[in-house]
Amino acid sequence: MATTIQPPDTESTELPIDDGKSGGGIGNSNPAGEPTRALDDRPSAPSRTGIWVGLAAITMSFAAFTSALVVRQSTGADWRHLRIPPLVFFNTVVLLASSVTLERARRRVADFFRSKSGQRSVPLFWLGATLLLGLVFVGGQYAAWLQLRAQGLYLATNPNSSFFYVLTAVHALHVLGGLAGLTRVLLRLSRPAVVLRRSTLDATSYYWHFMGVLWLYVLLVVWIKL
Amino acid sequence: MSDGTAQAVQHHTAPTGFIRKHVFSLDHKVIGLQYYGLALVAVFIGMVLSWLMRIHLVWPSWPIPGLSLLSKAGAPGGVMTPEYYLSLLTMHGTLMVFFVLTNAPFAAFGNYFLPIQIGAEDMAFPRFNMVSFWTTFLAFCILISAFFVSDGPPISGWTAYATLSAVGSDSGPGEGLGQTLWALSIFVFCIASLLGSLNFIATTLDLRTRGMTLSRMPISTWAWFITSCISLLAFAVLLPACLLLILDRVAGTSFFIPAGLVVSDHLQPHSGGSPLLWQHLFWFFGHPEVYIAILPAMGIVSHILINSMRRPLLSHKVIIYCMMGIGFLSYMVWGHHMFVSGMNPFSSLVFSFPTLVITIPATMMTLIWMGSLYGSRLRITAASLFALGFLSMFVSGGVSGFFLAQPSIDIYLHATYFVVGHFHMVMGVAAIFGVFAGTYFWFPKMTGHMMNESLGKLHFWLTFIGTYCIFMPFHYLGLAGNVRRYSAFVDDFLVPLIPVHRFVTYAALFTGAAQLIFLGNLVYSRFRGPAAPANPWEGTSLEWTMPSPPPFDNFGGKHPVVYHDPYQYGVKSSTGDYLMQDSPEQA
Repeated sequence: MATTIQPPDTESTELPIDDGKSGGGIGNSNPAGEPTRALDDRPSAPSRTGIWVGLAAITMSFAAFTSALVVRQSTGADWRHLRIPPLVFFNTVVLLASSVTLERARRRVADFFRSKSGQRSVPLFWLGATLLLGLVFVGGQYAAWLQLRAQGLYLATNPNSSFFYVLTAVHALHVLGGLAGLTRVLLRLSRPAVVLRRSTLDATSYYWHFMGVLWLYVLLVVWIKL
Repeated sequence: MSDGTAQAVQHHTAPTGFIRKHVFSLDHKVIGLQYYGLALVAVFIGMVLSWLMRIHLVWPSWPIPGLSLLSKAGAPGGVMTPEYYLSLLTMHGTLMVFFVLTNAPFAAFGNYFLPIQIGAEDMAFPRFNMVSFWTTFLAFCILISAFFVSDGPPISGWTAYATLSAVGSDSGPGEGLGQTLWALSIFVFCIASLLGSLNFIATTLDLRTRGMTLSRMPISTWAWFITSCISLLAFAVLLPACLLLILDRVAGTSFFIPAGLVVSDHLQPHSGGSPLLWQHLFWFFGHPEVYIAILPAMGIVSHILINSMRRPLLSHKVIIYCMMGIGFLSYMVWGHHMFVSGMNPFSSLVFSFPTLVITIPATMMTLIWMGSLYGSRLRITAASLFALGFLSMFVSGGVSGFFLAQPSIDIYLHATYFVVGHFHMVMGVAAIFGVFAGTYFWFPKMTGHMMNESLGKLHFWLTFIGTYCIFMPFHYLGLAGNVRRYSAFVDDFLVPLIPVHRFVTYAALFTGAAQLIFLGNLVYSRFRGPAAPANPWEGTSLEWTMPSPPPFDNFGGKHPVVYHDPYQYGVKSSTGDYLMQDSPEQA
């Protein structure tokens, strides 16, 4: 916006702003008397808020799937126990490991920005590792579906296989979304002039860690119920 | 300089090309108008569909000119088959609920005025905003395309109850590809709504300008914010439900289809599914959806009434708490749509209680509006008339809710015209009145032209009287046992009711025609209306601080500073009897 080239506002110095309690938006809370321009120079926070809101919606969707599963289990006489392909547990470890590498990447990004001489290749390495582990997870899930198929269990074979495919596929789709976000961060960071907002990195990593937590939940449901 | 500002500079340079400016615009104001335009198209189609149904109901053998062009099989020679009547009914309901009642009061006005009322120069995620509109448009196109597939639109109603909606073309014309398109359309619509709600919430929480505390937000902004919270959680449930329905239809799964179901002499190759599951998931979304339609209208109406009364409501905070209460309770009442579904009768009792409780915040709001109106010198404008009309519709439609909330009475009234009258008044017409009020009130701001007030008042009286003539008799018809969704009345007990239906049809044609006054006024004023000043209604909130129409970056690159509560009316100040939110003056 054009404020960056405008002189700071001065109108607010004479009268008390009567700020009430919170003094404006969560991201814009600004001590009284400070020129509004200072607001613009802050990294914007909406992506951080937005990601929490998005995660709430995803949680709600999986709650709906879970309740559908519970209702479906109680109505039909065709509930057959499903042997979860062991590969899924390996995938779990991979996904959890990717959260660890992402946290390391975040620390290194912080180091890189703090000292101008910091090595860019270090955070890039850890981000790349996260991306790779994420891809291995999705590939592993695909392999698990192939194993189920080899047992003769297709999407429509019985309710248990239906729910297994639906839950894991919807989760995998969300993981792919996270991978797209990670790729975006990676590309931003590898440009000559780095244009990366902290909130973007934060939002991406919250999302990614949430994918791990969500997967543990899905695994638990699948394990207990299917 | 942080890159946050770099990005801001980038996106706040006004676009010059036609496509970036008017089609794939990132500007929340353009997107708001696009939503409004889409809703206008949808409401026109929906209204014509209702005309076709009303005409068929009272003159069942009269060939409607041109109808056979729409569907040869559905309307041979212009006389619609009973199944095609249901197809039109489905499309009418779907268009109206999703593309009109969700889009117009919430997405259209919310997009346009929420950022302005909190002093932001745009939504938090302008790109999401654009994607959200165009995804909605895609959903609209998918839905409309159902008219043009071989066996026409689905016949399962806007609620798409399984198993009718799940087993495929065995269950009737339109249940093949048409129903799949319907499910796909709603699936896409859910994604669009989720993106939109996310944007609204982040914008309200993060982009408020200095001094704009939560309690200083206008009631309309509060309403959009609460609605976006409801919408986020409701559409997040409909989305998986639609996914499961699509899988039942195209992938052979059995989520909603029970074992041993025989339809049209065909044993369905499914096992063990639960038709009730669809109803649970659908109404868990469906009831909050009612409030997604009505809460923004409540906010808009409060905003307008306060401006016209020149004094604040009896309680600003209680109105907001009531809206929150309604939003919260809306998730606990879905079962009241399912009293006769075969659900455990004890559940009926459980759902009946919160349903009756939800009338408490609604009644409190009504009493606050009425109490505030009492003794006020209301400025009579087209906008304030429609706001009063909203109150009238909300009360008249709401009162019948007390009856329907009780399982024992609902067993008789369920699926009769009583229910149709109830929800058309309390949800449909009331929300539409809110949209009309908002249009007359904000049109000068949105276009820079004034609307014709006399035509607006004429439009109000015709619409007000007309809608009562249409929907009040529905209650009587329902009490007399007239079941909904019948395309002809041949039973002995229904024949005496035909004159009432004829009256309703005349009223519907008349009221629909009266909307041409509105449309004409809208189009004429857009181009020929007198120029609007910045603050034609002497309002106090931030939208009135900027020229009409607002410049591209809303506040000219500055952040306004807010010094007051939103409704400083009836005070002594240099401007008259009101004090704008950004005025540093003390009353």
